[in-house]
Amino acid sequence: MTIIEESATVPAPRAGDDKGGPLLEVRDLHVEFHTRDGVAKAVNGVNYSVDAGETLAVLGESGSGKSVTAQAIMGILDMPPGKIPQGEILFRGQDMLKMSAEERRAIRGRKIAMIFQDALSALNPVLSVGYQLGEMFRVHQGLSKKDAKVKAIELMDRVKIPAAAARVSDYPHQFSGGMRQRIMIAMALALEPDLIIADEPTTALDVTVQAQVMDLLAELQREFNMGLILITHDLGVVADVADKIAVMYAGRIVEQAPVHEIYKRPAHPYTKGLLESIPRLDHKGQELFAIKGLPPNLMKIPGGCAFNPRCTMAQDVCRTDIPVLHQVTEQDGTDLVGRGSACHFWKETIHG
Amino acid sequence: MGRYVIRRLLQMIPVFFGATLLIFLMVNVMGDPIAGLCGDKACDPSTAAQLKKEFGLDKPVWQQYLTYMGNVFTGDFGTAFNGQKVTELMSAAFPVTIRLTIVAILFEIVIGISLGVVTGLRRGRPVDTVVLMLTLVVIAIPVFVTGLLLQLLLGVEWGVVKPTVQPEAPFNELLIPGLVLASVSLAYVTRLTRTSIAENARADYVRTAIAKGLPRRRVITRHLLRNSLIPVVTFIGTDVGALMGGAIVTERIFNIHGVGYQLYQGILRQSTQTVVGFVTVLVLVFLIANLIVDLLYAVLDPRIRYA
Repeated sequence: MTIIEESATVPAPRAGDDKGGPLLEVRDLHVEFHTRDGVAKAVNGVNYSVDAGETLAVLGESGSGKSVTAQAIMGILDMPPGKIPQGEILFRGQDMLKMSAEERRAIRGRKIAMIFQDALSALNPVLSVGYQLGEMFRVHQGLSKKDAKVKAIELMDRVKIPAAAARVSDYPHQFSGGMRQRIMIAMALALEPDLIIADEPTTALDVTVQAQVMDLLAELQREFNMGLILITHDLGVVADVADKIAVMYAGRIVEQAPVHEIYKRPAHPYTKGLLESIPRLDHKGQELFAIKGLPPNLMKIPGGCAFNPRCTMAQDVCRTDIPVLHQVTEQDGTDLVGRGSACHFWKETIHG
Repeated sequence: MGRYVIRRLLQMIPVFFGATLLIFLMVNVMGDPIAGLCGDKACDPSTAAQLKKEFGLDKPVWQQYLTYMGNVFTGDFGTAFNGQKVTELMSAAFPVTIRLTIVAILFEIVIGISLGVVTGLRRGRPVDTVVLMLTLVVIAIPVFVTGLLLQLLLGVEWGVVKPTVQPEAPFNELLIPGLVLASVSLAYVTRLTRTSIAENARADYVRTAIAKGLPRRRVITRHLLRNSLIPVVTFIGTDVGALMGGAIVTERIFNIHGVGYQLYQGILRQSTQTVVGFVTVLVLVFLIANLIVDLLYAVLDPRIRYA
C-alpha cells in the first residue's frame, strides 16, 4: 500500500497570506441578472468578512440575495444571465473575481466548499455516494479509485454515518434525509477546506435532525478551524452556532452584529420585525406578528431605503436617501464593536 | 432482476403468437399466394390446385398456422416458392442488414449525441439554431428523397462512392446507406439529447459538481451526460428493431440484399413463407431489443429496480 503525502499535493500558501487579514472578505459586491424582462439587481453592495474559525450567519427572506452572494463567492453563478458589474471577493487577500477560470476551479472544493440545501437533488442520483465523495480525492489529489473509496468510507465515518463501509456503494435515494445531508457535509469537508458556505443546510430536515446536523457541522468546524458562512432564514439555528450575523434585505446588508446582541437589541426595524415574528410560548394566544407587505421586486427596488414601504417607522427621508451602514453606538456614544445598521433611525430603533 | 427477466420473457410468448398470427392472417387474407407464382397471367387451374395441395394451402387457415408454427419451432421456416429455403434467405440477408443497422446506430450515437450535447450546452446560440433547422429539414424530407439525392450526388455526379452496394455488402460500402437509414432517427436523437442536456444542465447536482471544483469536461461527461442519456438510450434501443425492419426503402435504393430487399421480394411475389418468416424474426428482434432497453434503464438509473 502506498502512503500518499497529502501535504505535497496542496500548494504552499501564497506569500502574504495569513498576515492578519480576514480569510474571506466581500467588498461592495453587486450582482445583476439580465433577463428578457429587465435587469434584476439581486445584490447591491454587500460587504462582509469571515475569519478562520469564525461563523457568520447571513439572514434574510427568500430573494434577499443571500444565496446569490454565496454563489458569487463560489463562482457558480450562471453567467450569463448573471453579471458581477462591481465588487471584490478577497480570499486570503487575493481577488477571486480577477482570477482565471482554472485558478478558481482549483479553489472550489479544495479551499472553499459549499453545502447545499436539498441534498436529494444536490447529489447526483445515478452515482453512488462513495463515487461522489471519492471524486474529490481523485480529481484534486489524483488518488486511485481504490484509495479514494477508502477515503470516502473514512469521511462517512467522520460524519457519523452508521455502517459506512457497507453503505459506501449505496445511492443517494437509499439514504434518509438527515444521512443525505451528512453526506453533503462530508463532501464539503473532504479536502478540509478553509471556508465552508452552508446554504440553508437544515431547511429540508425535520427539527430533531436539524439539531444533529447543526451540531455536527459546528463540531467539525471547531476541529478544522474553518470559517463558516451559514445562510439561513431560521433565527433559531443561528443563535446556537453563529458568532456574528448579517441581515440582508433586497441585496443589501441592513444590519450587522455579534450574535447575542442582535437578539437583545436589534438596531434595524426589519431585524426587529423578524425577531417579533418568531412564535413564542409566552405569547400564546396573542396574534403572531408579521412584517406587512412583500419583499420588493428586484427589477424595481423602491428608492431610498428598500424597506420603506413595509416599515412602520418610515419617514420622508427613507423614501429619498439610501441609508449607509451606520456604526451603532451606545446612548453615551461609545462604539458597539462590530455593530452596524443601515437605518436612518437606528438610534430610535435600538434605544427608543 | 432475474425474476423480472423471466416475467418479461414469459410476457413475450403471447405477444409473439399474437403478432405472428396477425401477420399470417393478413398475408393469407390479402390474396391468393399461388397467383403470384405464374407471373402476370392467371395460373392453370390444375397446376394451381396441385401447388395448393403441395404447400398445404387447401387446409383451413388455423391449421396452416399451427403447422407453420410447429415447423418454426423445429427451425424450419418453410420454402419460398422459388424453391429456396427461407432459412437460407435469412442467413444471407440478416448479416447484411445487421451490418447496415450497426452502421446506422453508430451514426445515431456518435453524430446524434455529439450534436445534441453541443446544442444543449449552447442553447439559443447560432450553432444551436443551425443544427435545429437542419434536423427539421432531415425529419421533414422522406428517406427515399434523401437516399436518392445522396446516391445521385455522391455516387453518380461526384463519384465519391459506388452508387450501389455489392452483394457481400462490406462495411465501407454501407457508410452512405447507413447514414441515409439513420438520418431521421439521428435528427430525433439530436433533439432528444439536446432537450435532455438543456434540462439537466440546470439541475442541482450539476451545480454541486461544479462547486466540487471538477473540470468542465468531467462535469459534462460524468454528471450531466450520464443522466441525460437515459431517454436517448430508450429511443436508440427501440430504434434497433425499427431500423432492421424498416430498411426496405434504403435497401431498395442502394440495391442491398438484406432483410428489406427479401421482404420486398416476398411481398411482390406473394411468398407467404418468406414474409411470415422474416417478420416473425423481426418481431423477436423487436421484443428482445425492448427487453434489453428496459434492463439497460436499470443499469443507467439505480433508482429503477426490478423485482
